[in-house]
Amino acid sequence: MDSTIVLFLVQDAVINGAIYALVAIALVLVFAVTRVILVPQGEFVAFAGLTVAALEAGRVPPTLWLLVALGFLAAISSIVWHWREMNGTRFLKVIASTIMVPLILIAVTKFIAPLKLGLAANTILTLLLVVPMGPLIYRIAFEPLAEASVLVLLIASFGVYLSLVGLGLAFFGPEGVRTAALSDASFTAGALIITGQSVAVIVVTLVLLAGLALFFGLTLTGKALRACASNRLGARLVGIPTSVAGQVAFGMAALIGAVSGILITPITAIYYDSGFLIGLKGFVAAIVGGLASYTITALAALGVGLVESFSSFWWSTYKEVLVFTIILPVLVWRSLRSSHLEDEE
Amino acid sequence: MSEALLSVADMHVSYGRVEAVHGVSLDVPKASIVTVIGANGAGKTTLLNAIMGVMKGKGSIEFDGRPVADLSLEARVADGLCLVPERRELFASMPVEDNLLLGGFRRSRSERSQALAETYARFPRLQERRRQLAGTLSGGERQMLAMGRALMARPRLLMLDEPSLGLAPRIVRDVFHIITALKDAGVSILLIEQNARAALQIASYAYVLELGRVTAAGTSAEITDNPRLVESYLGLGGASY
Repeated sequence: MDSTIVLFLVQDAVINGAIYALVAIALVLVFAVTRVILVPQGEFVAFAGLTVAALEAGRVPPTLWLLVALGFLAAISSIVWHWREMNGTRFLKVIASTIMVPLILIAVTKFIAPLKLGLAANTILTLLLVVPMGPLIYRIAFEPLAEASVLVLLIASFGVYLSLVGLGLAFFGPEGVRTAALSDASFTAGALIITGQSVAVIVVTLVLLAGLALFFGLTLTGKALRACASNRLGARLVGIPTSVAGQVAFGMAALIGAVSGILITPITAIYYDSGFLIGLKGFVAAIVGGLASYTITALAALGVGLVESFSSFWWSTYKEVLVFTIILPVLVWRSLRSSHLEDEE
Repeated sequence: MSEALLSVADMHVSYGRVEAVHGVSLDVPKASIVTVIGANGAGKTTLLNAIMGVMKGKGSIEFDGRPVADLSLEARVADGLCLVPERRELFASMPVEDNLLLGGFRRSRSERSQALAETYARFPRLQERRRQLAGTLSGGERQMLAMGRALMARPRLLMLDEPSLGLAPRIVRDVFHIITALKDAGVSILLIEQNARAALQIASYAYVLELGRVTAAGTSAEITDNPRLVESYLGLGGASY
């Protein structure tokens, strides 16, 4: 193994690590605010990849119908659970946010999709179609369980994951997709070829992470989300609506997932069920960060990328096994270091 | 009694099948201090939680003439009800100033900055500590932060659950001075205290809660003159605050 190969593997690791970092950060964010371990986080990645590929081909993405289906379910869920507080305005609000928004998006997409407006338009449209899924899923599955234990929320999360994979197969079909590179540019640094695609992945990841840091550090909404994570009752007592906070957290997770999907589809073929492995690798990083620290999580994701890329060179058969084995020493170390923290509430 | 700001009637609150509060009714007039005294386990905290909407209760709650029993906790905060809970429930990992700003979450940006200035004027100590994490404050400072955070919401009714709990006597005196000053500024106060003597000195009206029922009610003077209550809750002699 010479230095060129090492550099090549490191480059590969950094690109994959950046994607895992995004997924892992989304997991930490959702867990902190809602105590949900978002098993279907990878589905946002896969659905965004499939959507952007359909738009690139000038087809109307099936994501639309998935969004409409989720909207109807969310409308029923909201009306059933908030029956007692329902009045005219509230009812209109529910209908507007769950049914009208997807219908408007259908109209827009049907108009825009055949025009093949290019990468920027496809990206925006993909975000518009995938991001609302986050809050809708929260309203359907997790808002009614807001006071449940972490275990119940985890079981519900698996349920949502299984439903989404099934819906993904039904709506998108079993074929994989791959999109054109985000940029055709490439540079050489010594023996190493750096593609514009990899630069794009890293730059977008860094910008997104910096944006999140600013959002949580400077804005009142960001601070309110941190407050929900820090003390749920305290947050409710100052009038922060925790269900809205949950929707915002899920929306941000969907946004981060969708961006990851758009970044990764030119690198690797994406299928309706590709999200699980990506999500699981992000989860390893999130566990290393204790589902709490964003910085450690991002660094751990880079570590996961390194282990993956070097093990695929030396011991490719056991690549996935090695990546998931990282979690074992971390769990042992954490259980030795911390006292029993489960179910503090 | 003058016009009631808060009027609770026939409130029942249960933990599962066990009822902890059995049909309590009470009124808090505008710009006054009303106290609920009683032993540990009498149902005081449960009663406050039900009025605030932290727990579900059965019964009617009117705030400023409007029924609020069906409103969510968040909506009650927006209406001007505010609770400082016994455990303070601060955002420990965030600085003092962020805790305060979040207290004004329901207010506009300009109202929030004005309320922050007023809060710092009332609690200069919090201004000194404004960059410190809330989790590192002393007990007295935490209580001040909890009250300051509640005041940031500009409540019309402030409910305080055991504000003197775990505090040194000198700090308890400060806290009670602040409560009196708040009443003078027009905020109505519903105060729950085990330190009955201190509570009766600042309150105009008092309810005695025993095993989830109101067993006596009257002006502070009437309660202080009741020999049975004096023996149960005020001790014989003893220090005032």
